[in-house]
Amino acid sequence: MKKEKTKNYIIKPMSGGEAAAEALRQIGIEVMASYPITPQSPIIETFSKMVADGRVNAETINVESEHSAMSACVGSAVAGAKTATASNSQGLALMSEIVYVASGLRLPILMAITNRALSAPISIHCDHSDSMMVRDSGWIQIYTENAQEFYEFLILAFKIASRKEISLPIMVMADGFISTHQLEKVAIFDDKAIADFIGEYNAPYDFLNPQKPILVGPFSVQDSHFEFKLSQQKAIERVPAIFKEEAKNFKKITGKDYKFFEEYRLKDANTAIVVMNSTAGTAKEVVDKLRDKGEKVGLLKPHLFRPFPYKEIAEALKKVKKIAVLDRSMSFGANPPLFAEINQSLAGTRIPIQKYVFGLGGRAIFERQIEQVFADLKKGKIDDKIKYIQ
Amino acid sequence: MKKSKFKELKPVLPAGTSERLKTGSWRVLTPSIDNNKCAKCFKCVNFCPENSIKYNENKGQMEIDFEYCKGCGICAQECPAKAITMNKK
Amino acid sequence: MAGKLNKQKLAKGTRTCAGCPIPVIVRQILAQTDAPIAASMATGCLEVTTTIYPDNAWGISSVHNAFENAATTISGVETAHKILAKKGKLQSGAEKFKFVAFGGDGGTYDIGFQSLSGAVERRHNFLYVCYDNGAYQNTGNQRSSATPEGVKTETTPLGKETPRKDMMKIMAGHNMPYLAQAAVHNLSDLVVKAKKAFETKGPSFLLVFSPCVPGWGYSPKDTIRISELAFETNFWPLYEIENGKYKITAKPTVIKPVQEFLKTQKRFDHLLKDEQAVKEIQDNVDNGWRELNEMSIE
Repeated sequence: MKKEKTKNYIIKPMSGGEAAAEALRQIGIEVMASYPITPQSPIIETFSKMVADGRVNAETINVESEHSAMSACVGSAVAGAKTATASNSQGLALMSEIVYVASGLRLPILMAITNRALSAPISIHCDHSDSMMVRDSGWIQIYTENAQEFYEFLILAFKIASRKEISLPIMVMADGFISTHQLEKVAIFDDKAIADFIGEYNAPYDFLNPQKPILVGPFSVQDSHFEFKLSQQKAIERVPAIFKEEAKNFKKITGKDYKFFEEYRLKDANTAIVVMNSTAGTAKEVVDKLRDKGEKVGLLKPHLFRPFPYKEIAEALKKVKKIAVLDRSMSFGANPPLFAEINQSLAGTRIPIQKYVFGLGGRAIFERQIEQVFADLKKGKIDDKIKYIQ
Repeated sequence: MKKSKFKELKPVLPAGTSERLKTGSWRVLTPSIDNNKCAKCFKCVNFCPENSIKYNENKGQMEIDFEYCKGCGICAQECPAKAITMNKK
Repeated sequence: MAGKLNKQKLAKGTRTCAGCPIPVIVRQILAQTDAPIAASMATGCLEVTTTIYPDNAWGISSVHNAFENAATTISGVETAHKILAKKGKLQSGAEKFKFVAFGGDGGTYDIGFQSLSGAVERRHNFLYVCYDNGAYQNTGNQRSSATPEGVKTETTPLGKETPRKDMMKIMAGHNMPYLAQAAVHNLSDLVVKAKKAFETKGPSFLLVFSPCVPGWGYSPKDTIRISELAFETNFWPLYEIENGKYKITAKPTVIKPVQEFLKTQKRFDHLLKDEQAVKEIQDNVDNGWRELNEMSIE
């Protein structure tokens, strides 16, 4: 009789928010300090219920603002607990002061970002202006397409961030409402397998040591500040190698490859779209449709945004003849952020790249619009102006 | 030419490294204690912001740590026995 | 650059101004428990004078996060300690840790107020110490909501138009188990309060009068005298609120007119010429003292 290989996962209907909470639970997060903000609230609510039900041994701190959420996370991470939070939009903006402190203090705090537009005008819907706002903060940044990726990358992220050589905070993005609230079939892996993957936690500081007290967070003047920042830079530059290492380990559990970006039917593509998060899912449908018609189209979906893998992106896109980059945020008065990085990656090539901005404030993008992008690329309709998919 | 390897910094310090700062160099006026008048009330010890007055049990007298004394004059002002004088030294 | 192992909770070599009482306040308070202590501090005088790299004056584990979140930061440390203790992950002796947050009046009354209020409301187990020097002194004497009415600061060159916030009333409104107002000249009163605070289960708050040499305009030697005058004129009474009950902990044997306090500092110079202004201050002080006596159980 054929022996059936036992699955190490269970498929559950889950929203991205719930899946994120599962990840936090399996990582064994010990302190979550958070403040609710639509559409992140399902994450913190689910986690709070898990704590109440005794499914995870953790403390939650229901702080009085997001600034305090990150502040308490800093305190908790300094003291040596596995610390996480979630936020987006105005919350991320409000805590942004302390977001920079977290990376400056080299604390492996995990944050789930449920991408939502920044005010004003106030919007509760999805775009990437919030996470783009803190792209210079020194946090590792990873973007995800759906609930399954959100769940998996949160786990992988924590492991990468808490490696001693890195010791930097990390944020994992998923589209607000789109990925966070829609029900998907999510494969939740075995608790023990994930716990073993996470392993023993390396606290960055031995703070609660009665015999050897330390100061965390000195005041640096001209003679040391540069070197502190350079040290952060060196740490984040080690991320790609550690990412690859931990991706290999994680694959042993999930059977999947985790790369800096996903290449979808890109190998022999003449034209390609570069886009992050849920829209990549829609774009894959369009790629399949056009491929069925014989069109050589492909997709590149970045995961790792900070540090940005310039070399690897250049290698992946070098054979493509024409590229469109779809940004879900503006950098007012300048090139959109994803475009700027892709453009930099391909500096020195002559590949024409068309910049697009779409989806601001939750504006939906339809398959026919993405088809139009490919059609325009094919016709060579490329210039140096930003095109808007409204 | 030898290339010096960059030593990465973490924003953390061990305890008490400030002791290398000899704040006594700030001083304009210097206290001196007349131990005959001193009643050993310990007011100067407790009020000294630099923690720089100590009771020497062996010698039976109050002693000032001039490496750190900033010459603020609080000890002289607070001494109930008027045993401390501030002088331009 | 390893420092000598020293048992002092705040080492020598602080960059505080000559005559600054902050180190006195900090040392006396920290000495009131034998338990290991972890502290957070707000950006401000205490922080910049004790933590400029590579000079660390702290002899206890301490963390500086930002200006407005000393209380929240320590609530994160305290919560981590709680869960790590539960999980058996603390090293030997660490179960006994006590938690303190330090802030000046800026980091407490103004920019840090939300953080303090939230941490107290959540009933974290910590002591919050505010060294009140009546303005943002670290940045050069700009007004805070703790600045008394009429005082000249760099941002109120004509004198502050509004009265000081009554921080004790505000914190009392949080139904916290223990809070007290103290002053640097009366160390025996301060240490009793600090000890009580350390033994309190839940949040406690100490508001400590801390004269400032450059900000208030007086000679360094007079720091303790000025604190005592603030007490003797009832400008700064010494009392505590334990489980909602007010108690005056020290009364001046002879109550001096508030002028005796005002005339010692340059920051009040312009007011002394104004009889009406001085009378108003005296009336406010008298009303405050009467109200306090009515509420006090002793």
